[in-house]
Amino acid sequence: MELYDVIIIGGGPGGLSAAYSAYRNGAKKILVIERDRELGGILQQCIHNGFGLHHFKEELTGPGYAGRCIALIQDKPEIRALTDTMVLSVSKDKKVTAVNPEKGLFTVEGKTVILTMGCRERTRGAIRTAGERPAGVFTAGAAQRMVNMEGYLPGKKIVILGSGDIGLIMARRMSLEGCKVQAVCEICPYSNGLTRNMVQCLYDFDIPLYLSHTILKIKGRDRVEGVTVAKVDEKMQPVPGTEFDIECDTLLLSVGLIPENELSMAAGVEIAPFTNGPRVDQRRQTNLPGIYAAGNVVHVHDLVDFVSDEAEIAGKFAALEAQGSLTPAVNTVEVSPVNGIRTCVPQVLHLPEGGEPVRLFMRAGAPDRKVTLEVKCGGEVLVKKMLPVVKPSEMVTLDIPAAKTALMHDKITVGLQSK
Amino acid sequence: MNCIMCPMGCEMTVTLENGRFAGVTGNSCPRGAKYAETEVTDPRRMLTTTVRIKGGLLPLLPVVSAEVLPKGKVADCAAYLRNVTVEAPVQAGDVIVPDILGLGVDIVASRDMEKVND
Amino acid sequence: MEFFKEADVVVIGGGIVGTAILRELSKYDLRCLLVEKEPDVAVGTTKANSAICHAGFDAPTGTWKQKTNVRGNALYHQLQEELDLDIKWTGSLVVATNDEEIRHLQVLLERGRANGVFGLEILSREEVLAKEPNLVTAKAALWAPTAGVMWPFGCAVAFAQCAVQNGAQVICDCAVTGFVKEDGAVTVVNTTKGAIRTKVVINAAGVYAEEIAKLAGDDSFAITPRKGEYILFDKMAAPSLVYGAIFPCPNEKSKGIMICTTTHGNTFIGPNANEQASKEDTSVTPDGMNEVIAGARKLIPNLPMGASITEFAGLRAVSSTGDFILGASGVPGFINAAGIQSPGLAAAPAIAEVVAEAVSREMYLRKKTGWNGRLPKKPAFNRMTASEKQKMIEMNRLYGRVICRCETVTEGEIVDAIHQPVGARTVDGVKRRTRAGMGRCQGGFCGPRVTQILARELGIPVEKVLKERQGSELFYKKFEE
Repeated sequence: MELYDVIIIGGGPGGLSAAYSAYRNGAKKILVIERDRELGGILQQCIHNGFGLHHFKEELTGPGYAGRCIALIQDKPEIRALTDTMVLSVSKDKKVTAVNPEKGLFTVEGKTVILTMGCRERTRGAIRTAGERPAGVFTAGAAQRMVNMEGYLPGKKIVILGSGDIGLIMARRMSLEGCKVQAVCEICPYSNGLTRNMVQCLYDFDIPLYLSHTILKIKGRDRVEGVTVAKVDEKMQPVPGTEFDIECDTLLLSVGLIPENELSMAAGVEIAPFTNGPRVDQRRQTNLPGIYAAGNVVHVHDLVDFVSDEAEIAGKFAALEAQGSLTPAVNTVEVSPVNGIRTCVPQVLHLPEGGEPVRLFMRAGAPDRKVTLEVKCGGEVLVKKMLPVVKPSEMVTLDIPAAKTALMHDKITVGLQSK
Repeated sequence: MNCIMCPMGCEMTVTLENGRFAGVTGNSCPRGAKYAETEVTDPRRMLTTTVRIKGGLLPLLPVVSAEVLPKGKVADCAAYLRNVTVEAPVQAGDVIVPDILGLGVDIVASRDMEKVND
Repeated sequence: MEFFKEADVVVIGGGIVGTAILRELSKYDLRCLLVEKEPDVAVGTTKANSAICHAGFDAPTGTWKQKTNVRGNALYHQLQEELDLDIKWTGSLVVATNDEEIRHLQVLLERGRANGVFGLEILSREEVLAKEPNLVTAKAALWAPTAGVMWPFGCAVAFAQCAVQNGAQVICDCAVTGFVKEDGAVTVVNTTKGAIRTKVVINAAGVYAEEIAKLAGDDSFAITPRKGEYILFDKMAAPSLVYGAIFPCPNEKSKGIMICTTTHGNTFIGPNANEQASKEDTSVTPDGMNEVIAGARKLIPNLPMGASITEFAGLRAVSSTGDFILGASGVPGFINAAGIQSPGLAAAPAIAEVVAEAVSREMYLRKKTGWNGRLPKKPAFNRMTASEKQKMIEMNRLYGRVICRCETVTEGEIVDAIHQPVGARTVDGVKRRTRAGMGRCQGGFCGPRVTQILARELGIPVEKVLKERQGSELFYKKFEE
């Protein structure tokens, strides 16, 4: 059985960044396994711009960002990438079984494994919409792939449910393709997308946005003929008497993303609540020794730049472990989100003697302005950071220097303090 | 208006005098002020779309405007690009359509697309 | 008159009943033809039901329902091997939650014994919990070890394939528009594809059996559609909610809202039972879903509602007679297999025997020599051993490319499902044959890829590929050529 220093499952931005980082940190034999026909992951279909400002200090399109990541690992004899290859299982002892048309079924072994499978979209079943099951109901991402990579349109007259960035981007995309976007409906009283996307993707195209509205029913037996929309109350329950119909031949769903952890769970990786991804430490190691995870498989990110940042952490420590040069941890610290912070990754710190620099990735529970992010241990504030604005849709990061982590014991909390 | 220069999305108020930009409040940085002025005088947007490609791995090639285009011309440019076909191979950054619709902006490839033998 | 086809027997309707009949008749020296109005078989009641092979204790003794259910159940034990059918013999439980219901279990037990159902016994609460730890509401239950859960579409396709392999024909997209009678007997079936000359017609048209019968001059019964709604859970999120088929105590209308495992380890809850006028409306409704959830919570209060992956509804053909309508009608040459609601799936192979018997009274039936009742075994890729997988990929490289990630369905299986007899012509047809699109993402990833594979294999443009029925095209062309 072929033995690798690091086996990376998923060749999207997370996997590619992890591979490059593992290489830079001394790993000599790295394998990236990608199920699609080419590397780059979902970015290849995200043809819009706005990527890379943090990570590459330059505004790039999705394929542009993917291209940068691919270029970093290309022509490096240490890194091998297999495309069109599906991983069927990962075992606790880091044996990875995969299949492709060329090699058939094969198993490789890693000194370490990094899980970077990304996330997938929630579908109609998850939102329990009434109606028949006609053609014309697609997730926004599936439609995006058809429009941007395959050359087909999902329909001509579109309604979009969900005002997250994917929904907004698709509203513009379909408009530019000559389709009529009838409406975007959002069950929350606020949009879940960036303001700049509201402006560029909706206002520029005069697309109506119905906040606090949901789709009650999909009309049409064979092909979508329309949707019934209603206002919702504070508990997100439809308000009787507010129903109205919108004619359309297509409903695009942008109703959330879920980390794709089937392989992780089957391997025995512990999944954290709220993030629905592996519980990881600051090195992005899971509860299983030598198995790391990073990117959207851990928690859904809004910026690919942060996926790359996080994957570089995983890649570095996986490479160090493979070489036997990982500093052993002597101090275990639980990380608890409190006061307006809903999720925090990592969920636990395994700190070596003298501490280690730690970067926290957090999400707020509700929109707020002018707040202070505080990391506390035993009642003492260790680190704080002023934040002019927080939104649930935008991840917050915080770097904690090694010296501060050396002061931690048992448990830290991360929370927001209002002025 | 809402600023779109960064994720903060500042709520700004623009003052016009005789249809001309006369000042802005509510912005948090100079970039916001610049955006506000351009937005009322000559609003511009980036365009990303696809053109058809022959002989490549995919039937479509993603493209991007090298700079911002006049907002009112974005849809026209997209419609124009729907009828453009190129041949693989293409490199990221290759000019696909120079000076689109005489607007002085090039349309360039967003990615490499190698030639594949079918 | 010009004929599109000539046959001895025309079966109308490609559901589980029609296909079982076609297979049964293919044993005889007959020219058999099945016409189905939709692009594929198994798209009506057969595709949206509880998928239970009932033991046979429910129906009153002496009814067609009872006789064909008990016999059908026994036949499936044999057919499973011959046709490689996906059936799990899980057994079923009817759960009593109070003393009155416990008394009713006794009634069911006695009826079941009179019906000829083997192995029935009433279990104590402790015995129930040993089998189904989540059934916390149970006070006692009737255990029927001969019940099972089935893959109903797979069964219908296998019946049709077996018939075709023995010379029968299946014609899809072919709706019956009328009949021609000579001397009172049906001799010609008019369809949207042309006229078919025949000696016998078998009406297995599901909810439309009433309309078909009336076209032939038989107005002796009516069929009322009764809608049942279901919610299906992700198999990973609800892996061991229940291990078998769990019913509440039945009421007059139906067997009640159940919680049940499937052949592939998902769990579903449902169905409710609401009669309606429309024979087309298979929509799920907010009230219906609430009814299903409330009903299932009476059995297991703590349901993983966040793990639902799809909701769907099916129509059952409820006859005005209260029983299946089987056999000769008042019209010579016209035989009914109508009003087949529950336990129709379990009863189908036995219904086919009853119908064949009725055909034999219309014409002389001679057994065919060389009839082959076996289908080649085709295990799903994800159920193969490692060495079987390797061998399969060596034979066909497309088995090395996974298209449906949730259910690990390969391109090889999809291509085979398209090119096999009674092959898939639609995205949902591929799904029913291979499970591609049946997992937690419900075809979100693989639906477009399956569409492209169908287009390639059938030699049609992507924008002509159907999801299910005519008019269900999935994509539009982005460019004019």
